[in-house]
Amino acid sequence: MIEVRQLKKSFGSQLILAGVDLRIESSESAVIIGRSGGGKSVLLKHMIGLLRPDKGEVFVDGDRITCMNERQLLRVRRKFGMVFQGAALFDSMTVAENVAFGLRRHEHLTEAEVARRVAATLDLVDLPGTEKKKPAELSGGMRKRVGLARAIIYEPQIVLYDEPTTGLDPIVSDSIDQLIIRVRDQLKVTSVVVTHDMRSARRVGNHVFMLHEKKIYAHGAPEELFTSHDPIVRQFIDGVADPKETIL
Amino acid sequence: MSFLERTWVGEWLTGLGRIAVLTRDAVASCLTFKASRRDLLYQIYFIGIKSQAVVLVTGAFTGMVLTAQTYFQFHKVKMDTATLAVVAVSMCDELGPVLTALMVAGRVGAAIAAEIGTMRVTEQIDALRTLATHPVDYLVVPRLLASMIALPLLTMESITLGITSGYVVGSQLLGIDPVYLYYDMLKYASDIDVIFGLVKSFVYGGIIALIGCYKGLSCGMGAEGVGRATTEAVVYSSITILITNFFLTLVLQRLFVLLS
Repeated sequence: MIEVRQLKKSFGSQLILAGVDLRIESSESAVIIGRSGGGKSVLLKHMIGLLRPDKGEVFVDGDRITCMNERQLLRVRRKFGMVFQGAALFDSMTVAENVAFGLRRHEHLTEAEVARRVAATLDLVDLPGTEKKKPAELSGGMRKRVGLARAIIYEPQIVLYDEPTTGLDPIVSDSIDQLIIRVRDQLKVTSVVVTHDMRSARRVGNHVFMLHEKKIYAHGAPEELFTSHDPIVRQFIDGVADPKETIL
Repeated sequence: MSFLERTWVGEWLTGLGRIAVLTRDAVASCLTFKASRRDLLYQIYFIGIKSQAVVLVTGAFTGMVLTAQTYFQFHKVKMDTATLAVVAVSMCDELGPVLTALMVAGRVGAAIAAEIGTMRVTEQIDALRTLATHPVDYLVVPRLLASMIALPLLTMESITLGITSGYVVGSQLLGIDPVYLYYDMLKYASDIDVIFGLVKSFVYGGIIALIGCYKGLSCGMGAEGVGRATTEAVVYSSITILITNFFLTLVLQRLFVLLS
């Protein structure tokens, strides 16, 4: 369970989050939607302790992580896997070394067992036989799959996805969505997906939070939110630009 | 406080504080043996073996030019045979450790800052943290230990080659009596000069690795940020080495006097 209370964050003089409250239950698949630059990724990074809030608190399974130091956070982070927007693969390592990184650091397994787990996880993300490739040899979609494999190999309880379909074509986006659903159902993990892709949000989430004006503006089941008559929610879901923002 | 932070003094003090915190974390991590032996060996290879050419050339030619210059001055007062003694003491105490450290700072300090800086801008450092790995354990400690192990060895090589090349130039090219040249060197240079040089190079190894890692970990976003971090790593570690050298010389000499 992840709970965020009155989270406030600024970078310099720019206020990014102005009192965000949300609660994500265990095994829930939560989607956070909102405009680009609206603070979705910043909110996600607070959930795993990559950023520290100016005010407010974050709880993970009842532990207040906002008052922990970096070493104490390492213990909490073992519950998490995170897929980054740009995949953030270690470019000096092969795919297999990337995927096995968490296992090698924290579990005392034989090399044969590590190789077996890497092959099984790559199979789960539909990338069998890519162990020896370098990240530079992979396409954007493949890199995200490797990032996902690296995040789930040690079977975390919570997986965070930072814009998993951004920059991908609709077919690859669809396959990533299917993968998120497969991981959620097979591993029974709590998923938190940050996206502004409405199709993806509708498919992978069972609880959608909309971030607007630096706060959670609306939340609920996808069908509830996607049929909302609230003008701001409607404008975002329908993708209608404000006339004042239209580029001439 | 915010006004102070915005001034260069504030920035400098903040940076100094952050390096102190990084040093504390790295030392704590070293004491608990959190670094991987494989990473440490790779860094020793990268810093020690890959720096051979540049360090050997620097050591050899510094010894040669120092011999020639000393001879030209000493010859005027008929002290030719003391030439190699001056070269040996200079190479052991000052030129060997300082020049080796400056060359390694240019090669290794820049590489460390660029590699870690690139990892930071591509979110690889954040990825490490999400994989429950402390960047200090994984990135800083192997580089710090490797640098503090490799630099004294490189300095030893540089000193040895500098004195040897000085001896060859003095005896073969400048015509100084080789026996007296060697005898005077043994008379005026002592073990303590070598120990001073090694202690200094051990400290410089730490400076190069810590400043390189700090600049990489705190680098700004984008290619410009990585470029700036790389340049600053070389400039700051070179300046720090030169300033530290002065104070280390005073402290070590005073310590030697007290102990003897």
